[in-house]
Amino acid sequence: MYSGTTDSEADGFSPRIVAFFCNWCTYTAADLAGTSRKTYAPNVRVVRLMCSGRIDPQFILKAFNQGADGVLIGGCHPGDCHYKEGNFKALKRSMLLQRMLEDLGIDGKRLRLEWISASEGEKVQRVINNMVSDLTQLGPLTLFPGTDGSFEGALQEASPMEHQMEVEQ
Amino acid sequence: MSKPKIGFYWCASCGGCEEAVVDLAEDILPVVEAVDIVFWPVALDFKRADVEAMPDNEMAVCFINGAIRTSEQEEMAQLLRAKSQLIVAFGSCSHMGGIPGLANQFVRTDILDRVYYDSQMVVNPDNIRPQEATAVNGDSLSLPSFDGAVRTLDQTVDVDYYLPGCSPPVALIVQAVTAILEGKLPDKGTVLAPDIALCDECSRKESKPDELSINKIRRPFEIEINQEDCLLAQGLPCLGAATRSGCGAACIEGNMPCTGCMGPTSRVSDFGAKALSGLASTITGEEEHDIARRLEQLVDPVGTFYRYSLPMSLLKGRAISDKGAKA
Repeated sequence: MYSGTTDSEADGFSPRIVAFFCNWCTYTAADLAGTSRKTYAPNVRVVRLMCSGRIDPQFILKAFNQGADGVLIGGCHPGDCHYKEGNFKALKRSMLLQRMLEDLGIDGKRLRLEWISASEGEKVQRVINNMVSDLTQLGPLTLFPGTDGSFEGALQEASPMEHQMEVEQ
Repeated sequence: MSKPKIGFYWCASCGGCEEAVVDLAEDILPVVEAVDIVFWPVALDFKRADVEAMPDNEMAVCFINGAIRTSEQEEMAQLLRAKSQLIVAFGSCSHMGGIPGLANQFVRTDILDRVYYDSQMVVNPDNIRPQEATAVNGDSLSLPSFDGAVRTLDQTVDVDYYLPGCSPPVALIVQAVTAILEGKLPDKGTVLAPDIALCDECSRKESKPDELSINKIRRPFEIEINQEDCLLAQGLPCLGAATRSGCGAACIEGNMPCTGCMGPTSRVSDFGAKALSGLASTITGEEEHDIARRLEQLVDPVGTFYRYSLPMSLLKGRAISDKGAKA
């Protein structure tokens, strides 16, 4: 049962997570969590894909761009991929993307990859609760120009220079 | 009938795009014969006042290169938009933000601090910074303001066409100018270059293995680059597979990997993510730590994958919320 509270939560912040789950393992596990009546934080919007290897890094950036505070990827354990190596492709891409996100000021905890097999309904519950608590501590993700891409925030920041000078010659 | 009028302008750019126009060499002669160049600050002595005096839509087309960072650049872009029937974003910077767009990894204050206080080459004991308005002997002098972000041209004004490249290849410029003069233009918003990846026209295409696998990512100076084989197969992060063609694979002909200046094809929304995806999946390794170690060999992912397109990307620059993230 999810029951953590933090300062950010007291401010009314509840993170939004977009989860990409593969059809064969993690999505089935999420189904199992449901049928086994395991409750977990309601912050996750699950997108089902045939394979974690289908997850284009563009999907992840798009989620952040559209207001997600975190992205969770769930795939089959190594060796168990229905398509042999799709989960390895997901691993390689998310590792490099995570590093790039950190270079762009986005905490690595905001992109999480977990191997969850079809029988691990309990792990779905644990991972989601855990990620919600991590993200609640981190607070909302604020992108450089504002999420609508209007650059409004960045342009407003450009107030006149900090001090005015008088030059007498 | 009078000749169509055209203009060229530059914003945040290096001047290479202006060179590209000069590189037209004798191909420029039929152009000059067919048009009147009414504004080109780099080469001809027209002033802003001359543009302001024009009626709206006076110019058939204006080619604008460079990204938008200052209030002056924004004003000029708006002015030229009003005076031109067509605006062509010319070159990577105006198309995608370009090299100047990498500055979106830093906030404005940090950039100004670095340039005017912290740089090892700056001696500024009084902490003097250029001011937007300075009073000198009763007069007020003004400078353009420095925006909080680098923007592409189409994030600033409405853009009709894009000529990609750093700088745009001469053949594409000639094609575009000809199309405009003959009125044979594609749909608005088109990037005036082939809509297929660079690998397609690469002379090393035959040596690209069916399944690429990279054991070690290398930087160009670290190895003696074989002049015939696919650069990806040699471990160099060549972005040709994610990049639009039309440049004749000029860098690869010069034995250097593609850095992606032509931008993505029309099917891709975020160039860096797509290029990263392609490269990452070629890395070999069965164990997580092996993969991690090999990926570490890629220095500066942002500078590699978003070299020309950070302002156009989905994130557009460095996020501001997470203080804990790596600087």
